[in-house]
Amino acid sequence: MADYQIKEEPKKYDAVIVGSGAGGGMAAYVLANAGLKVCLLEAGAMFDPATDSAQLKNPWESPRRGASTKFRPFGDFDGCYWGWEIDGEPYTKVDGTEWDWWRARMLGGRTNHWGRISLRFGPKDFKHRSIDGLGEDWPIGYEDVKPYYDKVDRLIGVFGTNEGLENEPDGIFLPPPLPRLHELKIKKAAQGIGIPVIPSRLSILTKKINEERGQCFYCAQCGRSCKVYADFSAGSCLVKPAVATGNVDVVPNAMAREVITNSEGLATGVSYVNKEDMLDYQVNGRVVILAASACESARLLLNSVSRRHPNGLANSSDVVGKYLHDSTGASVSGVLPELMGRKRYNEDGVGGMHVYTPWWLDNKKLDFPRGYHIEYWGGMQQPAYGFGWGIESLNGKLQVNGSTKEAGGYGKSLKADYRFMYGAGVGMAGRGEAIAFESNYCEIDPNVVDKYGIPVLRFNVKYSDYEINQAKHMNTTFKEILHEMGAIITSGGDAGPHNNWGLAAPGKIIHEAGTVRMGNDPKKSALNKWSQAHDSKTLFCVDGGQFVSQGDKNITWTILALSMRASEYIVDQMKKQNI
Amino acid sequence: MDRRESLKAIVLGTVSSAFLLESCGDTKTEEQAAQVLDTPPETAPLPGRMPEEIAHLKEITSRTFFTEPEMATITILANIIIPEDEVSGNASDAGVPDFIEFIVKDKPEFQTPMRSGLKWLDIQCQDRYENPFRECSEKQQLEIVDAIAYPEKAAPEMKKGVAFFSLMRNLTATGFFTSEMGVEDIGYVGNRPNQWQGVPEEVLKEHNLAYTEEQLRQCVTNGRNV
Repeated sequence: MADYQIKEEPKKYDAVIVGSGAGGGMAAYVLANAGLKVCLLEAGAMFDPATDSAQLKNPWESPRRGASTKFRPFGDFDGCYWGWEIDGEPYTKVDGTEWDWWRARMLGGRTNHWGRISLRFGPKDFKHRSIDGLGEDWPIGYEDVKPYYDKVDRLIGVFGTNEGLENEPDGIFLPPPLPRLHELKIKKAAQGIGIPVIPSRLSILTKKINEERGQCFYCAQCGRSCKVYADFSAGSCLVKPAVATGNVDVVPNAMAREVITNSEGLATGVSYVNKEDMLDYQVNGRVVILAASACESARLLLNSVSRRHPNGLANSSDVVGKYLHDSTGASVSGVLPELMGRKRYNEDGVGGMHVYTPWWLDNKKLDFPRGYHIEYWGGMQQPAYGFGWGIESLNGKLQVNGSTKEAGGYGKSLKADYRFMYGAGVGMAGRGEAIAFESNYCEIDPNVVDKYGIPVLRFNVKYSDYEINQAKHMNTTFKEILHEMGAIITSGGDAGPHNNWGLAAPGKIIHEAGTVRMGNDPKKSALNKWSQAHDSKTLFCVDGGQFVSQGDKNITWTILALSMRASEYIVDQMKKQNI
Repeated sequence: MDRRESLKAIVLGTVSSAFLLESCGDTKTEEQAAQVLDTPPETAPLPGRMPEEIAHLKEITSRTFFTEPEMATITILANIIIPEDEVSGNASDAGVPDFIEFIVKDKPEFQTPMRSGLKWLDIQCQDRYENPFRECSEKQQLEIVDAIAYPEKAAPEMKKGVAFFSLMRNLTATGFFTSEMGVEDIGYVGNRPNQWQGVPEEVLKEHNLAYTEEQLRQCVTNGRNV
């Protein structure tokens, strides 16, 4: 290795940010607008939905008709590069444990395809240990984050309605779209059995909010990333305006290897592999901000071993990688006979549900400690690969055009069945809170490296009875709602103890969090309440890693708020010359 | 004039992302059209595709999986499953056999079930009619198809054929209803810029539903005119 040499970028930045998703994009935006010089490292390619999105493509424009590939597990038109596996970048699991790890490799990260479900954490979500004795309280409360949620609402835009609910805080909302037909039926059925259904809260612009971004034109394809930036993606809504300040250099295809520290143990830069030439580079800054995703940020810290930080950087507490948790998930779906043979019209709407159900029960009366919200889908969606699949298990059970016939079949009569059933699908999924256990963790696998020679993560995660009981409750509830609607259940109806009541494997819901958690006690947390490492004041982590727990909410809106809060703190601390 | 009707999107070519909107002097829609038209033209031949995806596509399209006799059988079966009717053409009019050839290379897990299923069918036909399936009479073809097209009443010894035919049915239907002809047939009328105004009033009535005053007040109605 005589030739081995790290090329050091001579320019010294105020901040080096690793990752350009929600956390990194927001940090770049705030710091650049405060006049600081920022270097933004992104492990994937540049991406601008204006030119690169598959929005408004028809299914026949994909040779696979929108089917998934390993490159795009959510389908050929999906806006996210890579997913459950990446060529040359393995990860491992301890036998008998599960973790499916989604990794995006592109500017904006997974925000290019996410569901835009933008829920604030409520007051209880920050203090759940005080309520049920499980997990840990956050070192901050709702009142600390509220001003940032407000600013994020205004900056990025989110629709919804103020409902005055205790743990589903009101926000600064754009008007939501009117419910679709199946959503009205869901609302009627669910409310009839005491389950509230209210307008959803999605970061999609039903009104124009500035000159840089367009207004939603209702194609339902937010998952492809919006060409007119009418939905929130970190690349188009944060990184692009940040770059426009002239203060940000984006380095794509830069796979971070480790955080560099000085003799005092302070983070001073990041070394990375340039995926184009496979050479190592180093870029230096007054602060280093990790936003590479909860698990990638933990991996980076654990791989940053030095004399001052023998257990990995920011890890004197030994918590880095621990308390890893995802949202829980389980779903049930079916078909609604009264929607069969329905009148056709364009009901695309926004990309996602127009209504949802926030958690509505008291866990003290249940056999699981934390709640879940319900997401809904259905109706006359754009046909894609998988259309009509499995009709042989359905068309024998129904009155099709007035008569019951033999399952399966072929010919004109079968062709008519597809037409008759189109648009009658309806489904729902729970997204719930899992307990962040110390025993659920990722660590460095001592035996495996990726193609860049960077040691990889080994996962060790198992669900407990809390999550399984919660999934059972979801399953029972969804079946009740569908029964109330008069639907025939086609998926999830046979869930039971044999499959943990349909509980998705941890990681599958793609809300990884908890691995670099914050807290007041440096012995029990990696970061302080400003997302700043206890062990190294020039190091911050602003992605899901910092989360102590994740509520029964999707985490993106809180990542954005906490990253904005940490970034404003960095600006303030730099002004005061504390860092 | 119904505004929804007036929002006709015209896609300029199959790979272009640009589109035009006609409108009845609706400024919001005109602004929107201008915004979309302002988006830069696509520069790369396959914008937004990773090099790995392009290489994969090139690799799988450089080879052929099914033999000519196999493709002939697939075409006959696909047209039996989705024939021409008063609404639309048949499976091969919609390019379904080419889609099946592509998808088994893209999803190799289908290769063995498809190839062994086609083989099973020919052996059955050889036994019964002394000809491979494709050379049997139409009556004979439908006779064997009848024996495998109805999973719940098929004879136990036909199980392999039933599984194969179910796969053929699923691939054919998916291929057909995701083609231009099939999407038109099924009546999907979205995938175009519009302003969502809620469920049409006559549909609400048909389902004994109505929007509440509150919903109409708090939601963006885009000029819904009831």
